Amino acid sequence: MPDTTPAIEVEHLVKTYAGVTAVNDISFTVGRGEILGFLGPNGAGKSTTMRILTGYLPASSGNVRICGLSVTTQPDEVKRRIGYMPENNPLPEDMRVSEYLYFRGRLKEIARRKLGPRIDEVLELCDLKRVRHKIIGKLSKGFRQRVGVAEAILAEPPVIIMDEPTIGLDPHQILIVRDLIASLRGRMTLIISSHILPEIEMTCDRVLIINGGRVVAQGTPAALRREILGRTTYALEITGDPATLPMLLAVVEPTLRITATAEPDADGFRRVTLTTENTAELGEPLLRALTNGDACRVRSISRANPTLEDVFLAATRRSWDVRSEDLKKN
Amino acid sequence: MKHFTTILGHEIRMLLVSPSTYIAAAFFLGVMGTIFTGILESYSKAAQEASPAQVFFQLFWIPVLFMVPLLTMKSLAEERRLGTIETLLTTSVSTTEVVLGKYGATYLLYLLLWGSTGGFFYILHRFASDARFLDPGPLIGGYLFIAVSGLLFVAIGIFASSLSRSQAVSGIVCFAALLGLIIGVPGLLQLPALNSEMFQPVKSAVESAQVIEHLGDFSRGVVDTREVLFYLSGTVLVLIFSILGIEAKLLHS
Repeated sequence: MPDTTPAIEVEHLVKTYAGVTAVNDISFTVGRGEILGFLGPNGAGKSTTMRILTGYLPASSGNVRICGLSVTTQPDEVKRRIGYMPENNPLPEDMRVSEYLYFRGRLKEIARRKLGPRIDEVLELCDLKRVRHKIIGKLSKGFRQRVGVAEAILAEPPVIIMDEPTIGLDPHQILIVRDLIASLRGRMTLIISSHILPEIEMTCDRVLIINGGRVVAQGTPAALRREILGRTTYALEITGDPATLPMLLAVVEPTLRITATAEPDADGFRRVTLTTENTAELGEPLLRALTNGDACRVRSISRANPTLEDVFLAATRRSWDVRSEDLKKN
Repeated sequence: MKHFTTILGHEIRMLLVSPSTYIAAAFFLGVMGTIFTGILESYSKAAQEASPAQVFFQLFWIPVLFMVPLLTMKSLAEERRLGTIETLLTTSVSTTEVVLGKYGATYLLYLLLWGSTGGFFYILHRFASDARFLDPGPLIGGYLFIAVSGLLFVAIGIFASSLSRSQAVSGIVCFAALLGLIIGVPGLLQLPALNSEMFQPVKSAVESAQVIEHLGDFSRGVVDTREVLFYLSGTVLVLIFSILGIEAKLLHS
């Protein structure tokens, strides 16, 4: 029978140091095989949360369980189940890649007999075969990053935690790391923090946005878009008097509103931005209403697809508003 | 303690591939060779009371003051500076294993370096063929003293390295601590305040912590268990402080 306990359970996690609350009552659960993206502005508490999950830092209060084991009472068992790549990917400067992986493999209690083939396997997976005998201190950033990823997956742990794995990589290398992460999908549970939002959107099943030590939003990228932005935006290029537009729009959808109108260009077309709370596709009725009659001509119509970036900005801004209100009240 | 041997082996390996080890070793052997040559010269001019080994080991503090900081300053400070201590401690390795592994490797290297000075005495024995020069008592006693006192000196170096992220700071702290222990303690006895009745226990404690006196006893062939215990308990205490130091840094990092 497969184990059905969630891979990671975090309940009311709080961490304070020197009077500063870095993590303030965070709770979330990650299912087995799920890939969770961890977003937040700098200093939001991402790294602190990850360090607590790995058992490197003790929490001030709250519970963390990895594969059903408590980080506080069974730290060694928990550490055997986690592959961790810290922020900035610290590596010893004066070791060769294969030596380093061998040393880490021994520390992770992989049997000597299995370690050699396993190292070959991860070197192959991370495209590191060419540099296996190079000194780590002399490798380029992209290779170093991949050494970090190789080290994290070396012992095939059920849970992998990576703090900004794609930072400082070029697009080609990002692609390699992304493919690597995709190849782990379903086999391992991953938590990835990143600043590169399209990255998160492409690889992660679920996103958790934290700010100021609190969870401000969580869900799938699509659900977050609906929840946080709560509106759809259309951009039109039309001719005609903008004053007559609201009447036309009211017929299509009462919540449609004009948010911006630009000056007409040389051909008499102007750009108009509309928003609506209705999430249904309004392109076709909109087009029909606008071209029906002589009030205006339409050159283009497009539905803007909000990126995770917009969601992230909206969610963090919202949480900042809440915080400043809290401060005013006190 | 499952990972102790892994870390010990790794650390020995890292020390043996590091160029700084060879520079330190060459420097050490150069200084000791010069001292030894000087001793032999003075013996060739006139007969001396003490055996060469006794005089040689009396100058043990010169290399100790420079070698121990050089060998130990990198160990924990570098791990903290690079952040590799984080990857190390997120495997099921305990802080104790990390500290003991690094300590063990450095101590073995320290012994190896001192052991290589045995070559001087071999050459003396081979070419002087005079039994007076090679009194085995002071020789064995001297090496025994080096091995026992080295336990504490290297532990102090590891502790200094656990205090800071900077190798330079660790090295200077270690140098100052060793200087205080070897040279400062006899100096402390000169304080007139210690002669008062009230400070009598303090005075006797300070008296039993004189490293140079211990050397005299060892090279006379007197192995006092009190002195051995002084170094062993000191070592254990300093290593516990190093472990606690690292853990405290984690709590407040």
